[in-house]
This record gives sequence, C-alpha cells and structure tokens, in this order.
Amino acid sequence: MADCGEANGPERKNEIVRAKNEEKELTKEEKQRLRKEKKQQKKQKEKKDDKGSSEKSGREKTLDPLSASQVLSTQSPTQKVPASAPIPVPPSGAPSHSSGAPSHSSSGAPSPADKPAKSKAELKAERRARQEADRASKQQGSSSSSKTKAPASDLNPVVKRLPEHVQVDDPAVVKRLAKKLERQQTRPHSSAKKIPLRSDYGYKVSLFSHLHQYSRKAPLTQLLSIPSSVIHPSIVRLGLQYSQGIVTGSNARSVALLHAFKQVIMDYSTPPNEELSRDLVNKLKPYISFLNQCRPLSASMGNAIKYIKKEISNIPSQYKEEEAKTKLLECIDKYIDEKVVLAAKAISKYAIEKISDGDVILVYGCSSLVNHILCEAFDKNRKFRVIVVDSRPRLEGREALRRLVQIGISCTYVLISALSYVLPEVSKVFLGAHALLANGYVMSRVGTSQIALVARAFNVPVLVCCETYKFCERVQTDSFVSNELDDPDELMVTRKGKTQLEDWHDLSTLGLLNLVYDVTPPDFVDLVITDLGMIPCTSVPVVLRVKNVDQ
Amino acid sequence: MPGADKETDLSERIEAFLADLKRGGSGTGPLRGSGEMARETTALLRRITAQARWSSAGDLMEIIRNEGRRMTAAQPSETTVGNMVRRVLKIIREEYARSRGSSEETDQQESLHKLLTSGGLSEENFRQHFASLKANVIEAINELLTELEGTTDNIAMQALEHIHSNEVIMTIGRSRTVEAFLKDAARKRKFHVIVAECAPFCQGHEMATSLSKAGIETTVIADAAIFAVMSRVNKVIIGTQTVLANGGLRAVNGTHTLALAAKHHSTPLIVCAPMFKLSPQFPNEEEIFHKFVSPHEVLPFTEGEILSKVNVHCPVFDYVPPELITLFISNIGGNAPSYIYRLMSELYHPEDHEL
Repeated sequence: MADCGEANGPERKNEIVRAKNEEKELTKEEKQRLRKEKKQQKKQKEKKDDKGSSEKSGREKTLDPLSASQVLSTQSPTQKVPASAPIPVPPSGAPSHSSGAPSHSSSGAPSPADKPAKSKAELKAERRARQEADRASKQQGSSSSSKTKAPASDLNPVVKRLPEHVQVDDPAVVKRLAKKLERQQTRPHSSAKKIPLRSDYGYKVSLFSHLHQYSRKAPLTQLLSIPSSVIHPSIVRLGLQYSQGIVTGSNARSVALLHAFKQVIMDYSTPPNEELSRDLVNKLKPYISFLNQCRPLSASMGNAIKYIKKEISNIPSQYKEEEAKTKLLECIDKYIDEKVVLAAKAISKYAIEKISDGDVILVYGCSSLVNHILCEAFDKNRKFRVIVVDSRPRLEGREALRRLVQIGISCTYVLISALSYVLPEVSKVFLGAHALLANGYVMSRVGTSQIALVARAFNVPVLVCCETYKFCERVQTDSFVSNELDDPDELMVTRKGKTQLEDWHDLSTLGLLNLVYDVTPPDFVDLVITDLGMIPCTSVPVVLRVKNVDQ
Repeated sequence: MPGADKETDLSERIEAFLADLKRGGSGTGPLRGSGEMARETTALLRRITAQARWSSAGDLMEIIRNEGRRMTAAQPSETTVGNMVRRVLKIIREEYARSRGSSEETDQQESLHKLLTSGGLSEENFRQHFASLKANVIEAINELLTELEGTTDNIAMQALEHIHSNEVIMTIGRSRTVEAFLKDAARKRKFHVIVAECAPFCQGHEMATSLSKAGIETTVIADAAIFAVMSRVNKVIIGTQTVLANGGLRAVNGTHTLALAAKHHSTPLIVCAPMFKLSPQFPNEEEIFHKFVSPHEVLPFTEGEILSKVNVHCPVFDYVPPELITLFISNIGGNAPSYIYRLMSELYHPEDHEL
C-alpha cells in the first residue's frame, strides 16, 4: 500500500504526535498543509479499498475527507490540534492505516473524550458524508456488498414494505391492490378473467379497521367466471378449501400449497421465446394473490413460497423443460420431507424426553405437531393423561380429542373458561405455534397466550413445539397490528332455541370480534422445541441468522 | 283453627320456596338474579317472624336457624339465602339487646379476656320475653327489604365517579348490577365496552345486546381473546356471585383468567357487588365451592362415539384471590378488598357464621 503520498503520511503523523506531546499549537499554515495531505492520503486509500475491504471501513474512510475539511474549518482556532487530529482518523479506520501503532493509540485515546466536543454541524456533516458514501457504494456494484452482506446486514436499516392485508384502512393501498390484481393476468386481457377483489363483510371493530374481515358464506370463487383461464383449477380448489376452513393449521396449509404447486408445475408448458425460470415465477404471482385473497398467507406458506421462487429462478438455462420440471418436483418433495416430516420426527424425539410417567399434559386446540408427539409418546409406552382445552367458536379441540381417543390416550375435555379449575392438577403444557417471530414472541391460535399466562400463574411449565421453517423475520408486540379477522357470524350461538345475537347487524353499536391469532410474550414460554434442538424463546433470531447464512 | 291454618300456610310457602331453590340451581328453571333471591328470602323470613309461634328471641332464632339450614342445604351454591338468614339473626340480636337496654359493643367484642372470664354461653340472655320485640324485628326486616330494593340504584349512582370518557371497559358474562352501572354512566359519558361471552352459557351475548340497545358501543369477543385484547382495555368491571370472607370472589368461570390478564397489564379490576352478596365463607371448603352442571353444554351428545371414553367437566364458578382485585363498589360505597373483614363483622354476628 506504500505510495508517495503514503511516505509523507508517517512523517506527518509523527509531527502531530510530537506537537501533541509538546502541547504546542500548530500555525495556520501548518494546519492547512495537514489538511491537504490527509485529503490526498484518503483519496488514494479509497481507490485501493474499493473492492477488497468491508463496506463499513470504506464508508468511514470516505467520511473523512469531507468531514475533515468541515470539521477543521468549523473548529475554533484556539482548540488544540490533537483534539482535531483524532476526529478525521476514527479508531476503527486505524487498523487499515499504514501508520503504525503510536498514531493509532494517540488517535484512539483522545477521541472518546472528544465526542462531546463535536458540534451539531460536525454531526450533520458526518451524516451527509455517510449518505453520499452509501450512494457511492451502491453504484460501485453489488458484488462487494453481497460478499460482506452477512456481518454488515444487521446494521443496514431495513425498509420493509408493509403487507397490504394490514393496511385496509388506507384507501390508497386498497386501490393499489385492485390495480395489481388487474395487472396480474395472462394475455389476452379480458375483464372477466382477472382475479376478483374480495370485499369486507359486516361492521368492523374500530381497533381492527386496518384488517380485512370476510364472510365465510361469500367465498371468492363465486366471483370467478367459469372457465377461468387465469387460475389453475387446483389453486382454485385450494383457495376454496382455505376460505371455507376445510384445510386449517399451518402445516396442513403449507403442505397443501406445495402439492398444488406441484400440480401446477406438472401442467406447465413454457411458451415460445420465454425462459422457464422467469416465466414460471410470473405465472405463480397471480395464484399467490388469489390465495392471499381467499385467506391471508401464513408465515410457513410465505417461507415455502420464497423457497420455491428461489429454486425456480436458480434453474440453469440449459436445462430442458422436462428436466427442469422433474428437478422442481424433487425439490418440493425434499422440502416437505425435510421441513415437515423429518422435523416432526426430530421434535418428537426431543419432546419425549420431557414426558415422564404419571404426567398430566395440557394441550390447546388442534396442533398436528403436538398430536404427533403425544401419539409417539404413547407408542413408546409412556403413562400420561391429557387434558384438551378448547375454545369457541372454532372448537378445534374436538378434532384433537378424537385423534387422541382413537389411539387410546385417556383424555379430559374442558373449555378455556374452566382453565383455572383444571390447572392445579396439570404438570406440563404443550402448545403448538403458527409462527415464531424474530423478537421471541410466539404467534399462535387465539387463546394460547391466555393459557401461557394462567399456567405461569400456577407455576406450570409451558413448552412450545415449532418447526424451524415457521420462523419468521417479522416482529410484533401485540395481537392488533397484524392479525386475521374471521367471519363474525360464527360467534352467534343458539341455546334453548334462542339466538341472542341474531340481529346484530341491525344494532349499529354492536360489533362481533372473531380473532384468529394472538402473540404470546416470551416470558410466559419456558422452552421451544424445534428440529434443531431445545432452545429458549429468545434464540429465534439466532436460528434465523444461521439459516440465512446457510442459504 | 286459624292458628293451624296459618301454620300450614307458612309451611307450604317454605316448602314451595325450597323446591324452587332446588330446581333453580340446575339452570333449567327461570334464572333469577341474586337480588330477587335475597328479597324473596327476606320476605319469607318476615313471614316466619310474623306467623310462627315463638315466645322469646331465642325461640325465634332457633326457628329461623333451622329454616335457614334447610334452605342452604337445598341449594348450597345460592349463598344469598344464607346471608339473608344471618342478617335477620343479627337483627334479632340487636333488637333484643336494644329492648334489654344494654349496649351493643360489649356483646360484639369477643376479646380473649371475656372468653376466659365469662365462660358461659350468651344464649341464655335470649330467654327474656319482650312484647314489642316482634314489631321491632318486623320493622327492622322491612328496613332491610327497602335497602335490598335500592342496592342496584345505589351502585349505579356511583358510576360517574369511576368511568371517564373514551374509556374501554371490559366485562364478562352477564351481571345486572354491572349492566345498570354501565347504562347509568352511558347517559353522560361516551365509552366503549368489550364483553367476553363466557362460554358455554354465553350470557355475554345477552349483556352485549342489552348494552348496545342503550346506545353503548359494544364488542363481543370469545373467551379465548381475553388476553389478546386486554392491552387496550382501561378498566375491567365485573359482577360476582359471592364475595368471600377473605375478600376473594366466587364468580362465573373465566373470571380468574380475566383477573390475571388485568393484573399482567396493570389494569384495575373493579367488582360491583351489593352487600347482600358478602358471605362469611372461606374458599378452602373444596366440596361446596365448586358447582358443576351437565357437561353436554361443553361436549354435546352429538359427539357420541368419544363421549364414553372422555371426562368432561363443566364448572360454573371460579375463585379469584383478593390480590387481583382493586376495588369493591357496593351500595355503601367503595372499599378495598382488605376492608371486607370489617364489613363482615358489621353485618353478621360471629356466632352465626355457622348456621
């Protein structure tokens, strides 16, 4: 890295050190000289550090010439030079300096003490310099940034676009969605062949006006024309199954989605002059919008779709169509096998260690994973009994009850309002999850957080079982911002021949709220059992990071 | 003979009341509120005082105590019956003491010194005959009846002191006291009410329709969503079936979850309970604390195949410990749960705690 400009560098540094040690003020000319030489040094270093070094140090190096000039100009002449010297030479940039240790230590020591000395103008200048450096680094190409993405990515501000289904109260967003659905059609265009926009139903509680609320009695498929050439029939069937609640549970939904996509891929034929890797992804987009309209996508489905899209776009162009299709089908089968089936086996293996003889286990609703664990434990001759807690209006616990009773496990069945009555005799609580959020919160069926809360009050351990493909990068602290509203009519019940809420539509001040999900804070959860092992709730972002690096 | 007629008439009425109690508990008969139950009990006790044959206060207390035992045995979960019996017993003691001219305080205080020095029962004091005792007792019972009639209004009058505008209030199930409380506040303030439906009886639905007809913004939620929406709730106002001697509650099932969720979010929990619900019971008596109804409400007979292999429970009540409660609002004002023991000593005599 030695250069003619660099040769002056060490000398300059020693002069400054000497000046500092002697506590002598440099004259104005000397200061100007220093400034110019530093600028030269920085420019040469910038050219060399273009490709190889990390973005971070590059940013801070480009920060220096601009900040140095502005810093020194705005500083009062009475301020000592050693105070100014460390500012253009940040300690983290020092290691790549050609100058040796003494300047590093001298610049390192006074600079922390100097921070309060920075004026507002200096901070503004640094911010401006950082922005220009960002722009410059972006123009320099993505290759260098992608190499260093992993360590630097946590520092980049992530600007995510909010999903549409949590912005229903914003009319601009709704209009945008309608236009997007219109655009997502295959050629030839025809108004009858576009994906319809589903309309909301019933009075929405004001706290949830940002979410959709659909009626189960008006499925989206009624608005589709027959024959519909835009959407593949297996996708239409899948959408109907989602919206009517025939396929529920995040595992079931993801697996059904993947099977439907397999069918789509099998029936797909590349149009002339198109590449399979690009065209197939475009074909899938309207299907995904349609499914989203039928029922908002779950986190597991989102991850599965990301995986498929990645696999499709990674198909090398020299593959023939048949080869590509078989490869894709294999990939999907492998994904299902690895992430769902084998994960369930691994999780059962860990979970069975936690079940001892004489246990009374409480489960809530119908989680395919928890049912699997209990069945495996029963097959391994563990002696335990199960209490199934259920809640209106979905009453999914009855399905779990049927499955467990069929195998021969002795069960008790209560509603969630009787929780305080049964908990004193419970030894463990096993819960399933819909998704695990990056801040450690567990998103699951509504009522799960309640069970965790009351279990904590009775000092009963709570174990959550979740596969890693359900881990999600979103963060959420309450159950309002991102949720799903189910058909409000389901809350109605007829007892003794009378339905109290029959005419709730006529009462303008009455609203029914049928939430589907809620988030459980991590302090209520004692352990999360995943296919990677048993981890605490707070380790979810670690697992996500490890997964991202693997990919 | 007129005396015999009166007696048979009286015993008929008592039998009819007992039969009603037995039937009403299973939920098949007309569901009566505790206020009505209290009034009917007191009216019946007044009738007993007027028509039964007794010569001294001790006799009357014996009669009332016997009837009271039968009534509480008919429906142990209906504690207001026992409470009213104890109130009337206390009235008799007070009237007797007033007729005798002795002061109240010395009888009340059961100091250790008194116990050791007196040794004997105070029962003997009640053998004296006073002519005006009957009239005094009946008058006092009438006062009690007027008090009972005004309890709901008294509680509702305090509503404006506790509810401010734009609040979100949460409640569970159906309580006539809370309904009157909220409707009274709604006349002057605008607020939002969230009602948890309280499965399996879903009485919350009735409450919600009634409140929304009064113009209050109401939302019905499922029991499972209590914790999910609790973060937006400013106050939790509930009614209860009984207030126990330690300040705890015996309320409809689901209330304990509600109280825990409110505690987690530091939301105040206010209990609207008139004084006749205060009972000298403690929650330790397991056998009489819980009441169960037919589990077909939870798992209907249509689920036939699995019914025989599954245990199903349908408890009606929940215990809420006093630490989770912020305030009791009763017809005599607002009180903290730690003050309940004092109120009890004013309402009931310690010897009447066990009927």
